[in-house]
Amino acid sequence: MFEQLNRFFAPVDQIFVTTLHWLVGFLPAAWRPVASSMLCIAFILMVFPALFSIVTIFERKGIGRIQNRYGPNRVGIPGTKIRLAGFGQFLPDGLKMLTKEDIVPRAADKLVHFLAPVVLLIPVLLTYAVLPFGRNMALADYDAGLLFFFAVGGAVEVSVFMAGWSSRNKYSLLGAMRAIAQMLSYEIPLILSSVTVVMIVGSLNLTRIVEAQAGHTFGLANWFVFTPWGLLGYLIFFIASLAESNRSPFDLPEAESEIIAGYFTEYSGFKFALFFLGEYLGMFAIIGLGITLFLGGWTAPFACLDFIPSYLWFLTKMLGIVFIFIWIRATLPRLRMDQLMNFAWKFMLPLALLNVLVAGLWHYLAIGPLRWIACATIIIVAYVALGRGLMRHQKLGQRTYRYAD
Amino acid sequence: MLGEQIMRGMAVTAKNFFGSYVSKNRLTTVQYPEERLSQKANTRQFPMLVFDGDPDKGLRCVACTICEKECPPQCIYIVKSKDKKPDYKGQPQLYPAVFDIDVSVCMSCSICVEVCPFESIKMNTEFELSTDDRFEGLLFHKDKLSKSNEYYHQLHPADARDSDAFLAAENAKAEAKAKAAAEARAKAAATAATAATAVLPTTAPATATPPPPAPTPAAAAPPPPTPATPPPPAAK
Repeated sequence: MFEQLNRFFAPVDQIFVTTLHWLVGFLPAAWRPVASSMLCIAFILMVFPALFSIVTIFERKGIGRIQNRYGPNRVGIPGTKIRLAGFGQFLPDGLKMLTKEDIVPRAADKLVHFLAPVVLLIPVLLTYAVLPFGRNMALADYDAGLLFFFAVGGAVEVSVFMAGWSSRNKYSLLGAMRAIAQMLSYEIPLILSSVTVVMIVGSLNLTRIVEAQAGHTFGLANWFVFTPWGLLGYLIFFIASLAESNRSPFDLPEAESEIIAGYFTEYSGFKFALFFLGEYLGMFAIIGLGITLFLGGWTAPFACLDFIPSYLWFLTKMLGIVFIFIWIRATLPRLRMDQLMNFAWKFMLPLALLNVLVAGLWHYLAIGPLRWIACATIIIVAYVALGRGLMRHQKLGQRTYRYAD
Repeated sequence: MLGEQIMRGMAVTAKNFFGSYVSKNRLTTVQYPEERLSQKANTRQFPMLVFDGDPDKGLRCVACTICEKECPPQCIYIVKSKDKKPDYKGQPQLYPAVFDIDVSVCMSCSICVEVCPFESIKMNTEFELSTDDRFEGLLFHKDKLSKSNEYYHQLHPADARDSDAFLAAENAKAEAKAKAAAEARAKAAATAATAATAVLPTTAPATATPPPPAPTPAAAAPPPPTPATPPPPAAK
């Protein structure tokens, strides 16, 4: 029965690929590669900003529900009584952003201030080039895809500091400095946790990494997250990606209660919207990478669900992780700067390094329950020990203040 | 273990998330234009002028301008009338020819209510006053400010009953005084003119035509009208 379903849904699975080939087929052969890339880029530029606008509503509604409110539920189709449960909200929000006055501080470095949001968006969009959204659906099937992702994604920090420095505002600069410190600190565990996957698969090609996780044992997918090193790796990757995308509880760079809006304090109107868009697109990209590396990319979790098109699996997983991001945002308070650094350097980094060793051990041990037990034991012991070390100094008591004389 | 408390916190928020779909009681907000909370007993927004019976003749305000003087943001503007009309006691009083309140300036402190000796200015509870005309739309004139005593009873029943009782007591006091004054006058007419000359000289022109007005208005409420009365004769 599943075979039949698979055969039935196979054209649906490849619908975007076949449509692309059909469209490109009208052009002369010399133009085809360029046209195909252009169409793919247009598709990405259409889908992910649209996803961004929907996710902002989901976020507002979700946080509302968590705080026992309704969240936005008014805006629907104008002129009618249809409300769409508030999902039309993104349109007036966007219009508001577009029509707002664009204010540049008099003391600002105008060129850099103007360039910063653009410089943010370009690397973020470039990272989408290597992500495989579905079967045969990666724009650029690079052999060094993972390297490309991190290399290009690293340029985001430049734009953040451009924004903070050029605004000539103490809050902007503080936010930018916090952002740089945080992003650099968390990039290390992020990359180290991805290295484990590269070690096991033996390739930096993201499509190859997804294919290595295809197939099922006892009905369950062979995703890396279902192995001890993969679980720890994904946990580290997840926390680091929260920090990389400046999401709560790591939203120190834009802590509203402390430094107004951090590095985009002095941005308004469309430039602010670009920053906002860039931030969310960056979040989607890094979530997509986490899915690709550990959660099997576009593969189904169970063999019986294989018939559902691959891009839908990718989208479902992405929205699921986005929901967890929102859930965390609504739950956890913001960390302090020293806590943030302690967590990165004293907990995440040692665990990530250990995880590299565990992945090596996993590779060399024979397949069987022994390597499961050995790897899991090492990880649990390390987690508990490091966790105790992290919490050791947390003795709460009378606080003493020292004042400057 | 590290992360245990985080999981506990996540469970709390998850419970809130799903609970808000299950039970309506969890949702604390009210969908405002459709649903409304009942207003609190002492709610107040902007002042109004109370009248008894006829909106024009029954207006309690006598244009004493105490509220105008006391108003901290000075949002009240009063122009006194040239002529007089009888108030609730039948006493001839001035009335406001113009009574404007700029609600864009008003800070809802209700000091005007506290100082008003005639139970005339009271706080309204109407709050949906948004307008696209920021000047005329927020400047309330006398006709818009005038509200009936019945309306006031609906808004603040207890306060309205108190103010009615106060006015009735004042009225009774004034009547008693008038009666006493009439008796005294009768006695004075019988004896000599000594008692008549002891009466305040200022009230003499006012008391000329109607006999009831109190010859000794030194009580709690009546003083304001008496100081207020001299200017009109001067204007005449």
